[in-house]
Amino acid sequence: MRTWRWYGKGLPYVKETEWPGHLVVIEGADGAGRSTQVSRLRTYLERRGYAVDETGLKRSSLLAKTIARAKPGNLLGRTTLNLLYATDLADQMENQIIPALRAGLVVLADRYVYTLMARALVRGAEQTWLEGLFGFALVPDVVLYLKTEPGERLRRHLAKNRTLDYWESGADLGLAADRFTSFLRYQELLQEWYDRLAQRYGFVSIDGSGSMEAVQERVRSNVQALLEE
Amino acid sequence: MPIRKRPNHGYPGRLIVVEGVDGSGKSTQLSLLRCWLEEQGLPVYFTEWNSSPLVKTATKRAKKARRLTPTTFSLIHACDFADRYERMILPHLQAGYYVLSDRYIYTAYARDAARGCAPDWVRNAYRFAAAPDLAFYFTAPLEVSLGRILFGRPDLKYHEAGMDLGLSIDPVDSFRLFQGMIKEQYDRMSRGEGFVEIDATRPIPEQQAEVRAIVAHTVLAYDRSGQSSGEVDC
Repeated sequence: MRTWRWYGKGLPYVKETEWPGHLVVIEGADGAGRSTQVSRLRTYLERRGYAVDETGLKRSSLLAKTIARAKPGNLLGRTTLNLLYATDLADQMENQIIPALRAGLVVLADRYVYTLMARALVRGAEQTWLEGLFGFALVPDVVLYLKTEPGERLRRHLAKNRTLDYWESGADLGLAADRFTSFLRYQELLQEWYDRLAQRYGFVSIDGSGSMEAVQERVRSNVQALLEE
Repeated sequence: MPIRKRPNHGYPGRLIVVEGVDGSGKSTQLSLLRCWLEEQGLPVYFTEWNSSPLVKTATKRAKKARRLTPTTFSLIHACDFADRYERMILPHLQAGYYVLSDRYIYTAYARDAARGCAPDWVRNAYRFAAAPDLAFYFTAPLEVSLGRILFGRPDLKYHEAGMDLGLSIDPVDSFRLFQGMIKEQYDRMSRGEGFVEIDATRPIPEQQAEVRAIVAHTVLAYDRSGQSSGEVDC
């Protein structure tokens, strides 16, 4: 059993942090194949007898609905949106992730603070502000970063949804007059921040452009190594 | 009379906030100040804690279900504040309004610290907010403010009474202890944050006269001295 660390100030009133579980984060921009990899990894782990819990963004019972209601009309300021996402994650941290780690589960996080940071940084938020804000987050065991080219993600996006989503295209940033160009520019900007965060937080980069099976193979071997430690 | 430096938020508007524990009379004083400023024909915008229509529903529901922890309690109030700040407070400051805020970031500093959040974590969360031109702190011995609240309104809400801190199973007891902790936080930050303290035990008109005099000699004075972009006509 190991002692967990926080990224910053943590939760000062949580005194004891020796928990047996594991926290595995899968990061990557939309269209990088994250959800598929997470669900396959989950099946794989459960077959091997590990109890698994999943978490992600906008999934807290506290705020998921509020965010979903506010986003379509672009009703919110950027700072407010950043804070809402942080609250959503904090709620899951305390009510879901930590209880699961205490109980010895493997928690798979389909994105974590890094995506929230990258999105906010592209939109001009201060890095030190974000780092302080997300100080309540636990340092995960590993961050698997599925790296793909923006063009690749665009193709996957279109194949899946037939349209380019407002937020995934960064349309709120006014980068280009058309969705296609906006998507590519936005995803490039996002990519730059992911790469910087990868350095800073020690992501394990996985080439996400290979076949789904090949990517899953690499995901599994990283997680397996961790669980056998 | 405290002499204050020109504010450094850089917006043409002015920001005046009131702080203090429940029952300190700060809201009464702020609404009297509002009348006075409006009578002078100044553009005034008033805002209060916990009132963003967007976040309020979620906050209410969460409070009712008692599912907030100190951290999510702090963050959801930061969301509420940020929403009001970005959509209302900041544009009014930019447009040259006299923004009057019933409670500001210091309320969060005091309450969240009392609930067990790290004080510098809370401060960081609110770093986007402009520093006020004037922050009045209405001070009174705890028994005075408690007496005002507990006399008229014995039905205390769960979080209002600080029941989530587990200080006491009796709401009134809990409220007393919690208010004491908040007062301690306010007192501790008063100097560093440059609060202008107003003795809230004095008669209401006396306090208001002092508040108006301070506003006249500071905020309005440097506006009239031609350093401001806003014309003051009175």
